[in-house]
Amino acid sequence: MTVHVTSPSPSLPPPASSVGVIGWLRENLFSSVTNSIFTLIGLFLIYKLVPPAVNWALFQADWVGTTRDACTSDGACWVFVGVRIKQFLFGFYPPSEYWRVVTAFSMVGVLIAWLLIDRTPKKALVGAFTIFVYPVIAYFLFYGGAFGLPVVETYKWGGLMLTLILATTGMFFSFPIGIILALGRRSSMPIAKSISVVFIEFWRGVPLITVLFMSSVMLPMFIPEEMQIDKLLRAMIGIIFFQSAYMAEVVRGGLQAIPKGQSEAAEALGLSYWKSMTFVILPQALKLVIPGIVNTFIALFKDTTLVLIIGLFDLLAVVQAAFADPKWLGFSVEGYVFVASVYWVSCFSMSRYSQHLEKKLHTGHAR
Amino acid sequence: MSNSSQKQSWWYNARNRSLFFQVLLVAMLVGFFWFIGSNTLANLEKRGISTGFGFLSLKAGFGILQSLIPFDESNTFGRTFVVGLLNTMLVSALGIFFATIIGFTAGVARLSNNWLISKLAGVYVEMFRNIPLLLQIFFWYFAVLRALPSPRQSWSAGDIAFLNIRGMYLPEPILGPHFNIVGWTFVLAIVATFFIRRWAKKRQDETGQQFNMWATAIGLIIVLPLLVFFALGAPLSWDIPELHGFNFKGGMTIIPELTALLVALSVYTGTFIAEVVRSGILSVNSGQTEAASALGLHRSKVLKLVVIPQAMRVIIPQLTSQYLNLVKNSSLATAIGYPDLVAVFAGTTLNQTGQAIEIIAMTMSVYLFISLSISGLMNWYNKKIMLVER
Repeated sequence: MTVHVTSPSPSLPPPASSVGVIGWLRENLFSSVTNSIFTLIGLFLIYKLVPPAVNWALFQADWVGTTRDACTSDGACWVFVGVRIKQFLFGFYPPSEYWRVVTAFSMVGVLIAWLLIDRTPKKALVGAFTIFVYPVIAYFLFYGGAFGLPVVETYKWGGLMLTLILATTGMFFSFPIGIILALGRRSSMPIAKSISVVFIEFWRGVPLITVLFMSSVMLPMFIPEEMQIDKLLRAMIGIIFFQSAYMAEVVRGGLQAIPKGQSEAAEALGLSYWKSMTFVILPQALKLVIPGIVNTFIALFKDTTLVLIIGLFDLLAVVQAAFADPKWLGFSVEGYVFVASVYWVSCFSMSRYSQHLEKKLHTGHAR
Repeated sequence: MSNSSQKQSWWYNARNRSLFFQVLLVAMLVGFFWFIGSNTLANLEKRGISTGFGFLSLKAGFGILQSLIPFDESNTFGRTFVVGLLNTMLVSALGIFFATIIGFTAGVARLSNNWLISKLAGVYVEMFRNIPLLLQIFFWYFAVLRALPSPRQSWSAGDIAFLNIRGMYLPEPILGPHFNIVGWTFVLAIVATFFIRRWAKKRQDETGQQFNMWATAIGLIIVLPLLVFFALGAPLSWDIPELHGFNFKGGMTIIPELTALLVALSVYTGTFIAEVVRSGILSVNSGQTEAASALGLHRSKVLKLVVIPQAMRVIIPQLTSQYLNLVKNSSLATAIGYPDLVAVFAGTTLNQTGQAIEIIAMTMSVYLFISLSISGLMNWYNKKIMLVER
């Protein structure tokens, strides 16, 4: 008796056209006629745009030198940016006092890193220091007038430093105002609610430029003559109001996402309105909207460029003013590319961070 | 003892408390406005500025670069407001049109199964979204358009359109005597198409009979006006720009300020619209597409009947808020001198008259009116489409 053992022959490897590089290409770039045409158009665009741009910015560019004579090649002349970099960073701040600006920004950098990185000790203490002590230190470092630091008037502030100051103060003050407005908008008190709604809708309905015009032209009329405040502070007030309205809407989104049971439970435990808000609702709501807060900060950071229209010298305005230097005519593209890359790197990394947070915070709700 | 507990219970009554806080709030608000008002009056008196809107009927005495209605130095300040408003509306409308096209293209391209195309769209979105709009406007205006050749060396397209440092020169259509008949035919065709579509849908719902709407619409809206146009003897001629001396005469001129603003606004807003479109399409559950395919619907029908209606529910509210942002951002025109509302009215007119409060208030109310009416409309629309849901 013979036993027929039928064992399946081993499977053949997949055809060469569907695996590896070729398979990937076929699948992702040339899966159909239309797709192939699109791919070719895309490749053509890349070929036309990328090599000239890279050549201009890197391989054919001039990097070293101190005068215009150093710009000899066809590409970009980064000497222009190099020569003026201090002005781009600090505006007209006296060079002997640069260390103050550097100290203030390094401090806030360390503090924020401390608060953002997981597993650093004493977060509450550092947080309280950042909120209550640091602003005072920063004020005296930037403006001076105490501890033997000479006064630097605000019209000398400029460049990236001014951009960062405007963005961070705008954020710092608009945050608490925004929370109060958001709570007001959800309040059961009709007057508090309507005041918040009117405030939020008003500032959200008008462009930032008109707000800045208002703060530079109308605000001096609103206060007694002996109390007049300088241009930078007026712009800051405008930005803070404008930003608070946006912040309020972000926070409201978080408050709405908290189930009603939370506030009912807090009430059942006998917590007062403010206690239930501070200990139960807001910690959860704010955690939910951290990505949204980062996004409004990115928007504010980009919007600070608008202060150049009312005559403040932020990064873009300083660079724009440098184009008028008769010794350096015709380097506007280099200047714009420099400013654009500063903003792009900051905004892009912040938006990536906010996406990362969104993923990290989302895990709690994943099924 | 009993007195104090009574007092306590009064204070711990929620209604009394909220009443107390609100009275306090109103008092603070009244005090704040009284402070501002009295200061303003005192300051105005000290500077010798008279209030009121009388200045609107005074002679303006300055020219405006671009105006959709006739305007010269002898017109009033009131008319500068209208000119500025129209210019704002022009750039907003054109910006919305181009940003929508760019945004929808990039948004769909980002979801394409072609790896290269989706990456390219991603690069476009991430690149232009993260650079301030004002910088982009400056770039287009000062770095790109200022580098264009002088009028004598203009770039031309078939000798009818020209591009140079002074602007873009296009042929201008000159309408013949009976051209308005063509226009009316077109309007009537659109109205007729609308009613036929309603009838066709009703008939299909009742009897299941389909009606070729596409052919009818094209025939009515495009072919019919064209027939009328040629029947009337083609009453349309073109005014082609020509180089006279150092500049072009005739035709339509698009000033470089408008071009720069328009390009920057459309490219910048386009990135946000692309993200809106992408999130809208992704928000439609893949089960919906699968179910529709399982019912035997063709791929194009799946898109038209299942995916797009549901994606639109997510897209339209966000899209409107992007449109509003574009309208508000068009005020950046003032930085390059495009004569929009803010540049002409809150800029030149304010400097000439010094009526800061009236002018800023008028400018802000225009934007406020646009924003609030559109968001009101949006809330109404939102409620309407929410009802469609289960």
